[in-house]
Amino acid sequence: MLLIPCPWCGARAQTEFGYGGDASVGRPPDPQQLSREAWLDYVYLRDNPRGPHLEWWYHAAGCRRWFRVRRDTLTHEVLVSAPPGEAIEDGSP
Amino acid sequence: MTSQPFRRLEGGLIDRDRPLTFRFDGSTFTGYAGDTLASALLANGVTLVGRSFKYHRRRGIVAAGVEEPNALATLREGNRQEPNLRATQVELFDGLTASSQNRWPSLDFDVGGINNILSRFLPAGFYYKTFMWPAGAWMFYERFIRAAAGLGKAPLLGDPDYYERRHAHCDVLVVGAGPAGLSAALAAGRSGARVILVDDNAALGGSLRGDTATINEVPALAWVDEVGGTLEALENVRILTRATAVGYYDQNLITVCERVADHLARPDPHQPRQRLWWVRAKRVVLATGAIERPLVFANNDLPGVMLASAVRTYQLQYAVKCGRRAVVFTNNDSAYSCVSALMGGGVPVSAVVDTRASGPGDAARKIVDSSGVECLFGHAVVGALGRQRVTSVEVMALADGGSRVTGRSRVIDCDLLCVSGGWNPTVHLFSQSQGKLRYDEGLTSFVPDASSQAESSAGAARGELGLDACLRGGIEAGAEAARLAGFTPTEDVEAARCDHVDEAPVEALWAVPLPARRHGKRFVDLQNDVTAEDVALADREGYQSVEHLKRYTTLGMGTDQGRTSNVNGLAILAGLRDSDIPSVGTTTFRPPFNPVTLGTITAREVGADLAPLRLSPMHDWHAGVGANFVTVGLWLRTQFYARPGEAMMEAINREVLAVRNAVGMVDVSTLGKIEIQGRDAAEFLERVYINRWTNLQVGRCRYGFMLREDGFILDDGTTTRVADNNFYMTTTTAQAGPVMAHLEYYAQTVWPELHVHLTSVTDQWAGMAIAGPRSREVLAAACEGGDVGDESLPFMGYLESRIAGVPVRLFRMTFSGEMAYEVHTPSDYGIRVWEALMAAGKDFAITPYGTEAMSVLRIEKGHVVGAELDGRTIPADFGFERMQKKDRDFIGKRSLERPALAYGPRKRFVGLISEDGRKIPRGAQLVWNPTAPKPVPMLGHVSSTCYSPNLGNYIALALLEDADGYQGKLLYASSPLTDSHVPVRVGHSVFIDPEGERARG
Ligand SMILES: [Zn+2]
Repeated sequence: MLLIPCPWCGARAQTEFGYGGDASVGRPPDPQQLSREAWLDYVYLRDNPRGPHLEWWYHAAGCRRWFRVRRDTLTHEVLVSAPPGEAIEDGSP
Repeated sequence: MTSQPFRRLEGGLIDRDRPLTFRFDGSTFTGYAGDTLASALLANGVTLVGRSFKYHRRRGIVAAGVEEPNALATLREGNRQEPNLRATQVELFDGLTASSQNRWPSLDFDVGGINNILSRFLPAGFYYKTFMWPAGAWMFYERFIRAAAGLGKAPLLGDPDYYERRHAHCDVLVVGAGPAGLSAALAAGRSGARVILVDDNAALGGSLRGDTATINEVPALAWVDEVGGTLEALENVRILTRATAVGYYDQNLITVCERVADHLARPDPHQPRQRLWWVRAKRVVLATGAIERPLVFANNDLPGVMLASAVRTYQLQYAVKCGRRAVVFTNNDSAYSCVSALMGGGVPVSAVVDTRASGPGDAARKIVDSSGVECLFGHAVVGALGRQRVTSVEVMALADGGSRVTGRSRVIDCDLLCVSGGWNPTVHLFSQSQGKLRYDEGLTSFVPDASSQAESSAGAARGELGLDACLRGGIEAGAEAARLAGFTPTEDVEAARCDHVDEAPVEALWAVPLPARRHGKRFVDLQNDVTAEDVALADREGYQSVEHLKRYTTLGMGTDQGRTSNVNGLAILAGLRDSDIPSVGTTTFRPPFNPVTLGTITAREVGADLAPLRLSPMHDWHAGVGANFVTVGLWLRTQFYARPGEAMMEAINREVLAVRNAVGMVDVSTLGKIEIQGRDAAEFLERVYINRWTNLQVGRCRYGFMLREDGFILDDGTTTRVADNNFYMTTTTAQAGPVMAHLEYYAQTVWPELHVHLTSVTDQWAGMAIAGPRSREVLAAACEGGDVGDESLPFMGYLESRIAGVPVRLFRMTFSGEMAYEVHTPSDYGIRVWEALMAAGKDFAITPYGTEAMSVLRIEKGHVVGAELDGRTIPADFGFERMQKKDRDFIGKRSLERPALAYGPRKRFVGLISEDGRKIPRGAQLVWNPTAPKPVPMLGHVSSTCYSPNLGNYIALALLEDADGYQGKLLYASSPLTDSHVPVRVGHSVFIDPEGERARG
């Protein structure tokens, strides 16, 4: 069970959180302008990297905040977390 | 039979003043407090304790601890019966009842023993090869194999005990309380760090409990007591005994199973039987010791062949002689301390057979020289002889680096053969932590290499077997762990002193060669009956990966997880392949280190406490009138209110008709409720709903659909504009949580620039719906002021009022299709308002109704719920395509434009009426002809079904392809599962009042 650092509540057990998927993909501002392929890519297709991965987590049983975590999918190491909109300064790609 | 013929008269850590009576396989025996089941059986001369897994060979006790492969027993009887317990770990208590396993009908006469005679035909992979062909044969053979194989039987009765889970945090967790672990705990504890020390035995000391060594000039156990006392006096140190660290998970989470009451006949009142600790530690010190390897030679599974360290432990800790005359067979120096223990305890040793031509180091040599025991260096035991147990061993000289045996064989009489093949550090937890192992040539075993988590190993667990090295390594590891956890180790903590023993190195001999033209089973894995020949066969058949070897032969797959067999098996495989052990690799160790009962894992989450229970604010009222309840998610809701003598269907029909003909009231407090506030609240709703919201006036409600980004419906519900920048949303009961998470995701991550705040108020508001042609009159009678007419509260209107002196929110909306209102009030006023409405409705014969009647009413009206909104449907499937905004984006809009969703063909919503008055099966598929050749084309499926007292027939809602084309046609609702195939007539999804006049009044 991971220990997830909520930017507001501190490190808490994984069971308090929900997982929200890839945080490196943003919702396109004007979906109507997108080609069918580009929209399909946004809705369904995600990379599955081996190593650092930026992802959304939701503190469902806590402060109910969404935030981003950079987690290594190979080692499960949680590298850094940050609220939405704040830059993540950890030097990873 | 109470004489304990193999018990020494003095010595040991047992309490001779506390004799204990126990039963094993129906016979009564005596042991002493401090015994394990295994030591007590040995004291009574019981050598046959089980039958082997595959060949049903006789098996005796081999070890004295967690590594025991053979002595698995079923403990206790009735509802406390528990299988597969290692007799070596079961603490004896008075009245203990145990039985052996895997034998039928009895241990001495076992029908399955025929497998031993047939064993030439039961090689590795036998099951795969024989029964997988022809294809169907496995189905036939499986039940016979399952009956004959397997270990203990699971109990069939409910568990009467309870279990606990406990979370703990510490700076340093020390696993193991032997010399290294105690030293580590002392060094870390003195620094002020919060320390948890766990050990699976009942008392501290680990290997020192069966040791004659001297530490700090006192006997080892005196030193253990002194350190234990020091640790107990430290407030920052917690000691857990009878506690096994079983799992090592990410970020230093270690699970520890504490056997709180297993050493008692039954737990004391209010005492849990076991407790699972979830320990999150800053640093972990693994001082888990090492486990002795057996040697592999012919008939090495005969009762009487035991690990040398175990024999020594039984001799010294339990004062038990494991035989009358011993031979010691070793490839390293550690077994020589067994020689001195045996001789000192009155068991003569006929010979020491050492595979090393040069013999042992000086200290070991001194033991044999002073006692005059015959030593055969450069020799090996090629076979154990005897039927019931060992009666003698056959010894030959080794030649060509141990690759063959030579010369005349010599038979030496003995009934106990003590073997030692070297030591394996207990690296299971380290391996679970994802640490990398390294093969150590000097030790001939795997040792921890690079750590992957915040841990370090100390003492024998890292391959430092000497007592002095354990004491020193423990202090260093404990101090370092404390320092890394942010504490300063005190200077006065130094390693305890003991003599250094110079040992000659271990010399690998992985399998003793068979003499020419001789057969005999050389067991690698005793628990799973895997022999050296099985490993060779698997290799010949191409199972060369160690993971394949494991699965094909079942090597190391038993409850002992190959603790004694893994390295021997790997080494034999490496030898066959002419490669070295590191390149063969090792299998992965996974949690749990030791079997854990399901009860311990579940802890208190059983029965009524399996999940939280949510109750409506009006629950006590419902219970008071004898409502029948039903579980809906976590909620307990009223299903129906049966009157005395009334059957369920009668009650439901009465409630439905009351709503259609007069007035009824239902508790809807379980609906999800979300307050949406802020100056961009309306804009936010525009983006998450398919329909328009900015033009909704204050004091009005609107029904809408919310989609996922892939275009499918997430939920439906009604949202009310309470004030300019304040909306009150209701969701379905089931989707309340997901909708909240969905909305918060978009508000916080996608559109953080919007000024909108979301608050879940589900628990803050009680809700009740009054429905039926007389509902307005009831509401008018209850409301202060009383004006709830069309002017002040029109259809889909909202009004704030007071009932019984408390504030209420009134919504004119309908789920039943009748004129209806929802009344919401702060939860604490729920019962007060409910009772006021019941009182006001008395003259109108107001009838409380439950979820069943509510469901019938909405099916009659063709309203959708989760059964229809199943994640595969879009608004157009229900005729709501015109609700969708065309001029602006909303979540899911772009996906609705994908061809499959925009142009169909899609199944659409229809109603069904039973053609022959039979019930329409739930979940049925709609087909033209249920008896057509399979596969029968499936045209659609039934989503909701009920009996309609208003129509006097069974009806259903369904999703059907070419819905327009099938209007008025006859289909079959076909449920092969229940073998019911009911003819149904396809019609409109709204059965009652399709024009919607009733709701508007
Ligand atoms: Zn939080």
